[in-house]
Amino acid sequence: MKLYLKIWRQKDRVSEGKLVEYTLDNVNTHMSFLEMLDTLNNQLITNNEEPVEFDHDCREGICGQCGVVINGIAHGPLKNTTTCQLHMREFKDNETILIEPFRAAGFPVKKDLKVDRGAFDRIISSGGYVSVNTGQAPEANTIPVGHETAEAAFDSAACIGCGACVATCKNGSAALFTSAKITQLALLPQAKEERDQRALKMIAQMDKEQFGHCSNTEACEVECPQGISVLNIARMNYEYNRASFLKFKK
Amino acid sequence: MKLDAKIPQGPLEEKWSNYKKTARLVNPANRKKLDVIVVGTGLAGASLAASMGELGYNVKAFCFQDSPRRAHSVAAQGGVNAAKNYKNDGDSVYRMFVDTLKGGDFRAREANVYRLAECSVNLIDQAVAQGVPFGREYAGYLNNRSFGGVQVSRTFYARGQTGQQLLLGTYQALMRQVDKGSVQLYSSHEMLDLVVIDGKARGIIARNLETGELERHAAHTVVLATGGFGKIYYLSTLAMGCNGSAIWRAHKKGAYFASPSWTQIHPTSLPQSGDYQSKLTLMSESLRNDGRIWVPKNLEETRLANDIPEEERDYYLERRYPAFGNLAPRDISSRAAKERIDAGHGIGALKNAVYLDFSKAIREQGQAKIAEKYGNLFNMYEKITGINAYKEPMMISPAAHFSMGGLWVDYELMTTIPGLFALGEANFADHGANRLGANSLLQASVDGYFIAPYTIANYLSDQIKVGKISTQDVAFEVAEKEAHEKLHHLLTIKGKYTVDYFHKKLGKLLYDYCGLARNKEGLEFAIKEIKKLKEEFYTDVNVTGTAGAMNAELEKAGRVADYFEIGILMCYDALTRDESCGAHFREEYQTEEGEAQRNDEQFQFISAWEWPGMVDSEPILNKEDLTFEFVQPTIRSYK
Repeated sequence: MKLYLKIWRQKDRVSEGKLVEYTLDNVNTHMSFLEMLDTLNNQLITNNEEPVEFDHDCREGICGQCGVVINGIAHGPLKNTTTCQLHMREFKDNETILIEPFRAAGFPVKKDLKVDRGAFDRIISSGGYVSVNTGQAPEANTIPVGHETAEAAFDSAACIGCGACVATCKNGSAALFTSAKITQLALLPQAKEERDQRALKMIAQMDKEQFGHCSNTEACEVECPQGISVLNIARMNYEYNRASFLKFKK
Repeated sequence: MKLDAKIPQGPLEEKWSNYKKTARLVNPANRKKLDVIVVGTGLAGASLAASMGELGYNVKAFCFQDSPRRAHSVAAQGGVNAAKNYKNDGDSVYRMFVDTLKGGDFRAREANVYRLAECSVNLIDQAVAQGVPFGREYAGYLNNRSFGGVQVSRTFYARGQTGQQLLLGTYQALMRQVDKGSVQLYSSHEMLDLVVIDGKARGIIARNLETGELERHAAHTVVLATGGFGKIYYLSTLAMGCNGSAIWRAHKKGAYFASPSWTQIHPTSLPQSGDYQSKLTLMSESLRNDGRIWVPKNLEETRLANDIPEEERDYYLERRYPAFGNLAPRDISSRAAKERIDAGHGIGALKNAVYLDFSKAIREQGQAKIAEKYGNLFNMYEKITGINAYKEPMMISPAAHFSMGGLWVDYELMTTIPGLFALGEANFADHGANRLGANSLLQASVDGYFIAPYTIANYLSDQIKVGKISTQDVAFEVAEKEAHEKLHHLLTIKGKYTVDYFHKKLGKLLYDYCGLARNKEGLEFAIKEIKKLKEEFYTDVNVTGTAGAMNAELEKAGRVADYFEIGILMCYDALTRDESCGAHFREEYQTEEGEAQRNDEQFQFISAWEWPGMVDSEPILNKEDLTFEFVQPTIRSYK
């Protein structure tokens, strides 16, 4: 198949970027989207042009490193799929494809399609953990966790931290990402001791990172490759209010 | 050099506790005066960095990914082994030790393997305490599944994302220390060289991958937890960025490289479909708990899988290895698949795959149960291939996966350079010639949480008097200058071909001649061809852009330049080992039934290779003899 690509090119954080057009012939329908970009880059290098920088690593949908906005949709048209797992069979011959970075105030563009998602690390760093040092753990089966609770915690823990939720949200909100971690840990007995502190600190950090408020459009859930539910956000709000109330009471 | 593994005295089950009893310690007040560099933030690196931070050392952690959470441990699917014996099915530390030693075809140290099994128990406790959501039974207790090469259920899992969940637990522990200021994090940084001062590892040269700047970082000890180098085959189950450069550059500074050719080829990956392909996606081994592997008996089979009647299917693993069946170890399963494919029974458009069939399990357990166990794997399969595996069998094929080889380390996980440690897949220590499924997450975690914090303290105990290491030392200056020149050299070649062009060619050579099966003639040919290809690379590669900015092509070029040299060493390693063991299958050495034939009399040793000091000189072989005091090596049979 033949494709017309419009790709965001930006030299570095401070330079202005623009859309550049490329034509690509001989695209195989079984290629992944990133393999299509590899093919474009090979063509560019052969013509002594600088290839397009894009994030990627595991290429099996789990590391969360890849992610671009394709025709206005984070990770492209296929539901519950990362960019690396998207295949060219989802596109038509002679189609024009618009490729942009994940844009948000909290995700500055580093170069071309690569953005800085360091804010996610800082949110986790602010409280997204159980404060247990190596060597302190009790025998694992002394803390039973019901099957359903463990499965629900897993559903929240499955977030890969790609940032599609932020890129999709019209407010550039990181509510889905933050709430997934808060919910996972709020559900588990071994993490309950720090529940209130965690919610307050993580939400304060999220606000500091220039992410907007939840827009209540639920677009984040639609674009999430892991299908993380917006109910996590409801749970986060509950945890936040509960913690604020308890703090006030003290 | 005489290799001393420094195995502690005493009975097998007391060696590690004896070591810990007598290991030297560092006073809490002194720890913050000691700098520790950890390269790599996968399970091994992040768990060590977090643990050392908790103890009060001054830690710097480096990773090339944009966040530590993306290290490739994240991709391990099926599980992590531990000898908890929760199933009451006869498991014990001793049995796990024997399984692992046998799985590795008796080419690992007894003491190391025993310690791995011993510490496995604590790892599950640690992970659960961190909030890792392992699979549980309805009563709330932890559940287990089976993995290849064993007859007990000792594998803990978090659906098909065990690696991700374990890594997130570790990553969170690391980020907690970052918040406390005990660990400084350098993501998007790649180590370019190791700095050695007066024979000791004292720092690294790193490149900031966003700005291109070279940085000097000094420390009292350097730990490499940089993972495996299976990406050398180009097509592999590894992430695109996985590489062998950190350990290779340490090797060139004096660290011995052990058993580089022992690469695990995983039996259940998705087959290659075309030249454009950049990776082979792994399907977890756990699928073999319920999936049955078969090929059509007819050579010219044209019917669809579901139309082929039962009696015309060859369930070749169940036929050849009735005791273990579909759960035969990885090396054996991969070779059996290759044997059937080479004999013309392969399926799929390129005739390069075999079927993995769930119809029986779905009939017996129902689709919902199978979906609960493997749902995400079935979804992933459908995304990539467009095929619904609940309706028809998966097509799978062997792919390069895990490096059993790596930097030689002693019992303390220290390399032949004093002060340089290697953890996780970057070292060679525990898996012998073949790693058992679900032992990789285990080894990485155990190295980082439970072993290295003790052994590194033992090393650091006399380093307090050294004082701060200065980055102004001439060794830093020289290393930085060399790194700078290497990068600029790659940029000035301006040839015709891309880096990937060379990497694919190298990968093909290694697959064909140093992959699932090797022979003398092929290996000698490969050495010559790789040398030629390397020359061609240095005259004809085209690396665009500059060194002073983000440049993914330049990163790749540096890694591929090292891959040529690693590839040559792999071939030498395979060539000089005139036996078959585990994943190392020399066609000249096999039984009449086509099984690996070990030669314990001549090859019961670890090959530890020494850099000859000059490119293109023959590498120098050192041997560490393996002694078996507690278990006598037997012929490995899974029949």
